[in-house]
Amino acid sequence: MRKVENNKAWLLVLPVFLLVAFSAIVPLMTVVNYSVQDIFDQNNAYFVGSEWYREILRDPRLHESLLRQFMFSFAVLAIEIPLGIGIALMMPTKGKMASVCLILVAIPLLIPWNVVGTIWQIFGRADIGLFGWSLTSLGMDYNYASNPIDAWATVLLMDVWHWTPLVALLCYSGLRAIPEAFYQAARIDRASKWAIFRHIQLPKLKNVLVIGVLLRFMDSFMIYTEPFVLTGGGPGNSTTFLSQTLTQMAIGQFDLGPAAAFSLIYFLIVLLVSWLFFTTINHMDKDK
Amino acid sequence: MSLTLENITRVVDGETHINTTNLSLEPGSFNVLLGRTLAGKTSLMRLMAGLDRPSSGRILMNGADVTGVPVQKRNISMVYQQFINYPNLTVWENIASPLKLAKVQPSEIKRRVDEVAQLLHIEQYLQRHPMELSGGQQQRTAMARALVKDASLILFDEPLVNLDYKLREELRQELRNLFKARNTIAVYATTEPNEALALGGTTSLLHEGNIIQTGPAAKVYRNPINVDAAELFSEPPINLVPGRITDSQVFISEAVHFPLVQELQGLPPGDYKFGIRPSHIGLVPHNDDDLEIAVTVELAEISGSETFMHVKNQHFPLVMQLSGVYEFHTDARVNVYLPAHRLFVFDMEGKLIKAPSPIIGGAFNG
Repeated sequence: MRKVENNKAWLLVLPVFLLVAFSAIVPLMTVVNYSVQDIFDQNNAYFVGSEWYREILRDPRLHESLLRQFMFSFAVLAIEIPLGIGIALMMPTKGKMASVCLILVAIPLLIPWNVVGTIWQIFGRADIGLFGWSLTSLGMDYNYASNPIDAWATVLLMDVWHWTPLVALLCYSGLRAIPEAFYQAARIDRASKWAIFRHIQLPKLKNVLVIGVLLRFMDSFMIYTEPFVLTGGGPGNSTTFLSQTLTQMAIGQFDLGPAAAFSLIYFLIVLLVSWLFFTTINHMDKDK
Repeated sequence: MSLTLENITRVVDGETHINTTNLSLEPGSFNVLLGRTLAGKTSLMRLMAGLDRPSSGRILMNGADVTGVPVQKRNISMVYQQFINYPNLTVWENIASPLKLAKVQPSEIKRRVDEVAQLLHIEQYLQRHPMELSGGQQQRTAMARALVKDASLILFDEPLVNLDYKLREELRQELRNLFKARNTIAVYATTEPNEALALGGTTSLLHEGNIIQTGPAAKVYRNPINVDAAELFSEPPINLVPGRITDSQVFISEAVHFPLVQELQGLPPGDYKFGIRPSHIGLVPHNDDDLEIAVTVELAEISGSETFMHVKNQHFPLVMQLSGVYEFHTDARVNVYLPAHRLFVFDMEGKLIKAPSPIIGGAFNG
């Protein structure tokens, strides 16, 4: 066949190019643009180079909320991943109970972030909330509005309640993809339950778990609504995570330049950690 | 070690998977279960293994009742259609896994794994993971895992269907040799008549949850007890045409009739079903008693060095299997030749009345 050479191909990639440009590149470049200028109003902006970046990287607010953020995301992963796997393993595989369980597990996923925040905000109150009232009645000194540890625990609990189902559903689907013959073969080999988990289920779940960890890391790293609704980031700054620090800077103080620099740094951190995680996992595979 | 199934049935949710079945497997025997998809091959194997409990009946091993004994407590192994290996263990660890679980001495494990790996020609892949192997090597690994245990019963559930043709031939041949010197009972399920013949041993025909015939492969092939057995043990399926025998004539439908040949003499006059294997019909006459039938070609499909022809006259269709490549246009008119002495005769209930006698002295190509 004779090769036709013309420039039609550009026309064909144009829609995708436009979509990517307007959804990702243009907004990102606007932020880059802001981050290197000092903006007073629409007509008064001066190029300041890397000044905002240097300022932000020295800002103790960033250091504190970044540390807090890593602790939070780590806690979320440490609880939600094993718990999700556990729930998936316990869910029935067939019959009516399987559908009922699937629906029950999926319900938290359907609730919007701010509603989750409001639910727990009320649920945790000592005067009218069942959770807070129960804890207080048991003699515990629980008050998320004044005690940072309680506030932390509540935000964490909220996230676990809201998002463990996602991990559980991912694992459930991964487990269903394992042919029955594997379990049979293991039974014939007299393998223990732990051996079945360790050598069949876990390896077969690896791919969905990578996705689960990535999704939960990125999502928890950007948590905003729940602590905002619960305590507004308090008590003090104890539950002020990165995105809230950023919002305070951009909208509260209208420091657009530093806020833009902040969000780019934020973006790079998420990208870097996800990339590190992903490549490490891939390398472990290749080394095998 | 012998295995006996006594009046076994298996009913699940009111649906009969296995009808009352009796079967006894000799020590060191190679047994083939031939049946179509859903005939009950897997159900029967699961019962033999102890993965399922029979709804009624008893299973005896060496005469001892093991009906309720779970699979973990019987010394069996199984190879599946899918290639089942532990994904995160190396081939060596995979093969060694049943021995490790059985707490065999490490030096003994090493000896046996190396031995069985050599037997299956995978010794150069021992440090790899299953996903880094070809399908054939993965299945060899699974077979090695099954063999290393020295199980008293090894079940093969269509182990070769997911492999390509060449590998299948190769592994089938090796498999047969592997079992020659062993005292293990091997049971091999397949849907392919040719595979059952190639493997030899004892063949049991399984049809809709019933074992309809058991015997040495070639013997069962030559003397199928009824129409179901003949159809099952013939690829492509045997041609069946209703007809009748009178005092002096044989009618195959109303279209073809010929004088009563010697082979069919002695059969009482009446209605019969005649069967002829697709490979016995030819495009040229070979014998004096060949019947000439004028037909039109419906389809001629070439498969390898064989041609499958679907032809018909106004009364019945025929399928022919010709060695060699032939091309025909649809609706072409040809004469085909059907050797009268190769006819199977069934009564109207489908029971075998007369099978063609094998050609003595010559190679049986039947």
